[in-house]
Amino acid sequence: MKSLAELAAIREKMKDKVVLREGSGDIRVVVGMATCGIAAGARPVLNAFVEKVNEAGLTDKVTVSQTGCIGVCQFEPVVEVFEAGKEKVTYVKMTAEKAAEVVEKHLKGGEVISEYTITNAIS
Amino acid sequence: MIRSQVLVCGGTGCTSSGSKAVLAAFEEEIVKQGLDEEIKIVPTGCFGLCERGPVVIVYPEGTFYSRVQKDDVAEIVEEHLLKGRIVERLVYKDVAEDVKTELKDGFDPSKVSLNDTIFYKSQKRVALRNCGVINPESIDEYIAVDGYAALGKVLTEMTPEEVIKVVSDSGLRGRGGGGFPTGRKWSFTAANQADQKYVVCNADEGDPGAFMDRSVLEGDPHCIVEAMTICGYATGATEGYIYVRAEYPIAVKRLEIAIEQAKEYGLLGDNIFDSGFSFNLHIRLGAGAFVCGEETALMTSIEGNRGEPRPRPPYPAVKGLFGKPTTENNVETFANIPQIILKGADWFASMGTERSKGTKVFALGGKITNTGLVEIPMGTTLRKVIEEIGGGVPNGKKFKAAQTGGPSGGCIPASLIDTEIDYDNLTAIGCMMGSGGLIVMDEDNCMVDIAKFFLNFTVDESCGKCAPCRIGTMRMKEILEKITEGNGTLEDLDKLEELALYIKENSLCGLGQTAPNPVLATLKFFRDEYEAHVVDHKCPAGVCKALLNYTIIADKCKGCTKCARNCPVGAISGQVKQPHVIDNSVCIKCGACMDNCSFGAIIKG
Ligand SMILES: Cc1cc2nc3c(=O)[nH]c(=O)nc-3n(C[C@H](O)[C@H](O)[C@H](O)COP(=O)(O)O)c2cc1C
Ligand code: SF4
Ligand code: SF4
Ligand code: FES
Repeated sequence: MKSLAELAAIREKMKDKVVLREGSGDIRVVVGMATCGIAAGARPVLNAFVEKVNEAGLTDKVTVSQTGCIGVCQFEPVVEVFEAGKEKVTYVKMTAEKAAEVVEKHLKGGEVISEYTITNAIS
Repeated sequence: MIRSQVLVCGGTGCTSSGSKAVLAAFEEEIVKQGLDEEIKIVPTGCFGLCERGPVVIVYPEGTFYSRVQKDDVAEIVEEHLLKGRIVERLVYKDVAEDVKTELKDGFDPSKVSLNDTIFYKSQKRVALRNCGVINPESIDEYIAVDGYAALGKVLTEMTPEEVIKVVSDSGLRGRGGGGFPTGRKWSFTAANQADQKYVVCNADEGDPGAFMDRSVLEGDPHCIVEAMTICGYATGATEGYIYVRAEYPIAVKRLEIAIEQAKEYGLLGDNIFDSGFSFNLHIRLGAGAFVCGEETALMTSIEGNRGEPRPRPPYPAVKGLFGKPTTENNVETFANIPQIILKGADWFASMGTERSKGTKVFALGGKITNTGLVEIPMGTTLRKVIEEIGGGVPNGKKFKAAQTGGPSGGCIPASLIDTEIDYDNLTAIGCMMGSGGLIVMDEDNCMVDIAKFFLNFTVDESCGKCAPCRIGTMRMKEILEKITEGNGTLEDLDKLEELALYIKENSLCGLGQTAPNPVLATLKFFRDEYEAHVVDHKCPAGVCKALLNYTIIADKCKGCTKCARNCPVGAISGQVKQPHVIDNSVCIKCGACMDNCSFGAIIKG
């Protein structure tokens, strides 16, 4: 290593690998991963979130984690988005593709995709 | 893509409670569950709560699992990592008050992270910031948390004078005990011209019960490598030595790995960052003699001679290692340097008190619930350390005193528990900051016995080069023995004081100059306890065996004969259903009778 640029390159490359440990960003995405959720395909959804958040460079802002049964099994996979000072948004019947869309539009663009939310599914 | 990380403590405390097996179990289990692409297992350094080891933290939630055994691993993997259900029975629940208020519906493990615990909340981690956060054997992880950025900045943007100015302005003082201003120390070495200069890191850590430096070396070895290189640049030294005790095998191994990795990356060696500056580091193992922690003895030992102190002046900055100008600093002192360079002198100086800036790491030990490692801003009260962070004295016992500075320091009595801990306040009450051992004593500790313990230690460790220390401490120890055996007199107390002052004045090195401190401090704060020993022939805490008498209270004794059957020397006599009696001339004060009496009829005093 001969330059600061090289050091910075290693730092950038490694950053995502340790940033998880700093804990919460402003936005928390929680994927329901109880037995019903897993059966309904929650794992690919979780992994899609992790990947897309990373790709979008949002790791400083967004923490993706998982939780047990959220309690609305018929709507699994369920994903909740918590943001300080805002109402919780619950997305239901998620897929990896929908997850990518949520990252792009909601987490990055700030626009809730109401089509996928639980309020829409119930009404 | 990694979505979750499991940090498993690989510090010495957790290693001894089985963390290696836990680590192996995690690695095996995530493969079994097909999670190895999503979950990463990271071995780290000490988190500080060694008492609760093995410690495991799961991110991104920050869930703090304590006392995890290898049989618990399958459950954590299946429940938490796969299904997202936190294994509540293993979660450490001692959370801070404000967090408790927030959680008014009761304890919710998914909302509580490591940083919400009382133990972590009152701490401020600077020297320990990476301990328990990164994998100490990975230079890439260190770089990811801004590692070597300070070195880069120093070598490409700053002059040596500027570096020294930042360190001076920060107010950093030596953490090895003396508290000498670090920037000033560096400027002395820098000012001396020589064909060769050295940087030495003191990792001898001989204070009994202390393990601050060990934890830094085990948890964040690269930060010492980086700091020493910065020091080399600032003072004009191109070679560095780390003197570490051979009893710290994990620390030694991780330092070796760190040095190798830094060399590979060109962060040690020739022409670092193309700046023209070169620096090399070597490790020297110490055999664990306390006196070798004294800076001149340490250098003599590195030179390959018997570790004996030499008179100062000349100071190391003038004539140090191999007769060349040398800067010698403690591990924790160095651990602060990269942060000071990156965040600035003002940032560092904003923490702490008027004349003691930054934070201090303490190893909490003795009669305290959370034995372990804590880092607090200077100026934190002893009360906060003991009652909040330390979780108080266990078993409902009363706090009596805390020893700082180990065998060179003194005790802070309960009456001064609101003392704000910094260099000057401790010196003012006759203690010293020391390197960070903090031993808590409760009502069951006899202060004369404590003083004797530390003096025994210095008598053993005195190198014998000068008479006041070699002979004087021995005489003091004899007097203390006489007192604890019940043969002391009031004159002995005066003689102790007189000897103590003489030894302090006339010893060659810091070991002798500070050896009497524990006696002086206990005499000052607990003179009544000494007097109880010599005048009343009683040990109020019930520790000194020769002064103890076990007595059976006739009224309470049911004559069950259990004590008599348990006495190893047949000192108890009595008829069945009749009160028993102890013959004190035969009794060896083992306490077996008292432990065995079901009626509380036996007392000691
Ligand atoms: C008997 C004795 C033992 C010492 N042991 C240590 C030690 O284990 N570690 C340490 O850093 N300093 C120890 N010191 C203090 C060193 O002599 C020296 O002051 C210190 O390492 C300087 O570094 P600092 O300015 O960064 O504190 C000891 C001093 C004496 C007199
Ligand atoms: S004071 Fe004690 S340890 Fe120090 S040189 Fe003298 S005899 Fe040795
Ligand atoms: S203290 Fe021990 S030796 Fe003394 S009377 Fe009790 S059991 Fe016997
Ligand atoms: S060794 Fe694991 S917490 Fe200290």
